[in-house]
Formats: sequence, C-alpha cells, structure tokens
Amino acid sequence: MQPNTAAAVAPAYASDAIERSPGYWATVWQRFRRDPVAVGALVVISALILMAILAPWITPQDPYKGMALRRLRPPGTEGYLLGTDELGRDMLSRLMMGARLSLFMGVTPVLLAFLVGTSIGVAAGYVGGLLNTVLMRTIDVFFAFPSVLLAIALSGALGAGVTNGLISLTVVFIPPIARVAESVTTGVRARDFVEAARASGAGALSIIRHHVLGNVLGPILVYAMSLVAVSMILASGLSFLGLGVRPPEPEWGLMLNTLRTAIYTQPLLCALPGVMIFITSISFNLLTDGLRSAMDIKA
Amino acid sequence: MLTYIVKRLLYSLPIMLGVSIVCFMLVHMAPSDPLVSVLPPDASDDLKKQLMALYGFDRPYVEQFIKWLARAITGDLGTSIRTSRPVVREVMTAVANTLSLAAFATFIGFFFGILFGFIAGYFRGTWIDKLASVISVIGVSVPHYWLGMVLVIIFAANLGWLPPTGAGPGGSQNWIWNWEHVRHMVLPAITMSVIPMGIIARTIRALVAETLSQEFIVGLKAKGLSSFGVLRHVVKNAAPTALAVMGIQLGYLLGGSILIETVFSWPGTGLLLNDAIFQRDLPLLQGTILVLATFFVVLNMLVDVVQTLLDPRVARS
Repeated sequence: MQPNTAAAVAPAYASDAIERSPGYWATVWQRFRRDPVAVGALVVISALILMAILAPWITPQDPYKGMALRRLRPPGTEGYLLGTDELGRDMLSRLMMGARLSLFMGVTPVLLAFLVGTSIGVAAGYVGGLLNTVLMRTIDVFFAFPSVLLAIALSGALGAGVTNGLISLTVVFIPPIARVAESVTTGVRARDFVEAARASGAGALSIIRHHVLGNVLGPILVYAMSLVAVSMILASGLSFLGLGVRPPEPEWGLMLNTLRTAIYTQPLLCALPGVMIFITSISFNLLTDGLRSAMDIKA
Repeated sequence: MLTYIVKRLLYSLPIMLGVSIVCFMLVHMAPSDPLVSVLPPDASDDLKKQLMALYGFDRPYVEQFIKWLARAITGDLGTSIRTSRPVVREVMTAVANTLSLAAFATFIGFFFGILFGFIAGYFRGTWIDKLASVISVIGVSVPHYWLGMVLVIIFAANLGWLPPTGAGPGGSQNWIWNWEHVRHMVLPAITMSVIPMGIIARTIRALVAETLSQEFIVGLKAKGLSSFGVLRHVVKNAAPTALAVMGIQLGYLLGGSILIETVFSWPGTGLLLNDAIFQRDLPLLQGTILVLATFFVVLNMLVDVVQTLLDPRVARS
C-alpha cells in the first residue's frame, strides 16, 4: 500500500516508488489483511499457540492434581471456571495445558509430511521418467486407503503412544502432498525459464533451488496448511480411540474420551474439549481459505 | 475410450498388489509378537514355537506373504486369534452393517451437499452463498466424533427422541430396514454425513459458479434460453467432476466410520477394527483393512470409468 500511495501523493518520488514496488509476499499480505475472516482466524490461532506455550505458567490450577471430593463439577463452579473432570482436575487448566499436545500432534505430522512429500514430489516431477513412475505409483498405493483408515491401521499396528501417532499421521499426509508437489513441479519444469537455465548450463540441483522451489513452494505450502485442520481432527481422533496420547497427559481428544462416561450427568462439561478441537480446526480452515485467495490459488 | 477403460481396469491390479503388501506388513510392523494376545505371559518357548508354526509365523516373510495372498484371493483371510473364527465371516457381517449405515449417511450427505452447493453456486456472492459456505466450512471442520456426542446429548439424553447407541433389537446379525432399527441409525448417519456434505457442497459450489461464469452461458442466455435450460447445461458440465468427488467421499465414509461407530457402538467394521486393535488380534486387523481398502480401490476404479463414460475428455487427458 505505502509505495503506491506515496506515488499518488508525491509524484516527485514516483521513480523511487517504482523501484520499491512491493514483492510477491508483500502483495499477498496486503490482500490477506483486507480479509477480516482470515485475519480473525490468524488471531485465534496465534492466541491458541501463545496459550500452549505459556500454559505451564498461566494455568489457574495444577492440571494434573485431582481430588475425589470435587469430581465432575459443572462449569461455573467457584474456583473452577469450567468445572472439574472425572478425577476432579480443573478443566480450564487441563484445556490450556492440552493445547500443547493437541497442537503439537496436529501440526507436526503435516510439517514432516511437507518436508518429505515435497522432496518426493519435486524429485519425481523434475526428474520425470522412471523415477517419477516408481515414486508416484508407490504413492498411489497409499492413496488406495482412506486417510482415516490408514492412520488408524498404522497406529493400531504400531501400538498407542505419541511417537507412533505422529509416524502414522505423517505417513498419511505424505502421499497427498507429494502428489500436489509433483503436479506443480511438472508444470513449472515445462516453463521457458527452466529451459533457459538448463541451456545456460545450470545443474539440476541448482535449477531446482533457484528456479523451481520458489515457484512451487507457495502452492504446496497452502495445500499442506489445508491439511492441518484434518490433521488436528485425526490426531485428536486417535487419542479419542485410545491410540495416540496416553493418560494422564491432557490432550483434547483423550479428554473427550475419558469424559464420555459423564455424558448424561455433565453434558456441557463433556462437550468442552471438542469445542477446542472445533475452534482450532475451523480457524486453520478459514486461515487457509484466506491465504489461498490472497495468493490467488485455485482450490 | 474402451482402451482407456481397459487400461484403468488393469491399472488396479498393481495397486491391489501394493495394498495387500501394506496390509501384510501391518502384522509384521507391530512391535509385539503377533500371538501376544493369546499367549500367557509365562508361556514356554516350546509352546511359543508350536503356536508360531501353527499360524505359519515362523516362515520367511516372502513365503508367508505369497501364501497369505493366495488364500486371500480365494476368500480365506485366516482365523481371528482371539475368537478362532474365520476372519472373513467376522468382516463380512461387519461390512454389511457399515454399508447400511454408510448408505443412509451417503443419502443425507449427498442430498444436502448437492442442494447447498448448487444454491450457493447459483446465487454466488449473495447472502445465501455466504450462509451455504459457512455451513460447508463447519461441515469440514467439526470433529465428527464430538458432533456424535453432542447429538447424543441433545437427542438421546435431553429430548429422549432417539436411542443413543447400538443397532437395535436385531443386534449385529439381523439388521432389517424397519423403523425399530432405522431409528438407531439416524444419529450415527447424520454424524457421518456431515463431512461429505461439507466437501460436496464446496465442490459443487465452485463447479457451478465456474460454469456459470463461462462465456457459453452468456451465449445461451443471449440466445433466449430459459433459466431452466441454462441450469441443464450447468448440471451437465458439473456432473462428471461432482461424481468423482462423491465417489471418493463414499469411500471415505466406509473407511472413516471407525470413530463414529465407536461413539455409537454400531456393530460395523469400525467397531471390529477397534476390537482388533485393542485385543491385538492382528489377522483380524489385517483382514478388515484389506477388505475395506479393496472396496475403496474398486470404488475409485468405478468412479473413473463412469466419469470417462460421462465425459470423454477425461480419457484424452
């Protein structure tokens, strides 16, 4: 915005303004800023992340300490703003503390899958030929499983636990990211500037680093971000089933599972951890939508 | 076009082989012994060896795999370690229950997904469009297992209109399409339909909006075609892609039912998987996953073939 308005107000600096014309990401940010829904989602996500980081210092009660005498208090009980869980632990503190594992379990697999999937996809797309066939047909096999089924099958076979949950979810998200990366890379490879770089003697790695990555990372990143919402729901779903995070660690999906027994006595209390998952995943979806339209990428 | 269809059919074979390798590896990937659930903790090495030999777990992997695959093709998926019953029988009973639930959920999800998507796309940019978009974002963002719990709280616990869990008086074996049974299906089916509804609404909205903004629509309108006639062209253009998305969603419904079936204790493949995982019944886990994945592969193949028949451009790309 600034350089343009400067040009309009003070024509004397016009040439200066053209030189300082905003780059791609600055333009994206400017467009993003004008989308109130996307900005709202970004604020919510930032608040959640901040809450997760600061949780050990800002929880009103000890999230691990329960007391049999004050089990399953409804939200609004004095001293326990959101009530207490089935072991008498403070719900608010556990929800705040739970943000750590829930966000970690939701975001990490997508990050890992982004690294691996992009590598596979870019390699397959740039090199093409036999390598492409081998890599992409292997990816196709994993596509033959519905994602929820694959995640549950893998972590079911590997056994419960945070690490196994992370591994299974990463495996689930590699194929879709690799497929997107491959198709974007194949498109970029056919462009003239890549041909020009090759003609001027640049090596494959240098072309990928300087000419391909800059053009493919944006779309892949946005696609990967759209998977975070799914990943949040799936990761909490694994813990909800009893795979993934194990008690007594607070995690939203696991809390939802352990509170299920109180569904008739304290319905509002039981629904709380799910509300957190819902808020997080809808914020990530809205953020991705905003980013996508700011970057002008078709869904 | 015929060559394309034949090619597509043949292409499913290596995929199925890959899928069966993954399913086979599931058992051997497990850190614990495949027989851990039946062996007492103090079992002698001798007994262990005998059992391993009985189930064939002592042979080399390649041999085990070929034998397992050969039997699987003839419909023998081995025996459940816990119940000693054939895996196929357990899986097929569960698949039937999951299919009836999925059919109901598909009907709800597709109907409302298409409806919302079409209305939003047709009235794009208006408040109707925004409302439909909000509904579809909620649909894809809501943790469905939580939604299931909320529906139980509202309709079973508070209002008492519908039963919270189970499959009705017939149990897991004798499902009949009558109200006594269907009322048990309403809540899980609604829960299950929410995600495909959101995704289908989104896809249809985008397709309809895109088709409507193309020049031939302007041409048709200029020619004096009624809005109903224009609508027919929009449907024809959007149908192949919409169909593909819906087919994949149906597959996800089958595979994704595990969480919902757990919430509602619905005796389908999800609950079966849950049992298999927590009782460490690996042959059962393997068999269930193989059957579900096969369904998904066949479904994807059918979707591609039907899409080609509807839209010959697909085969040429």
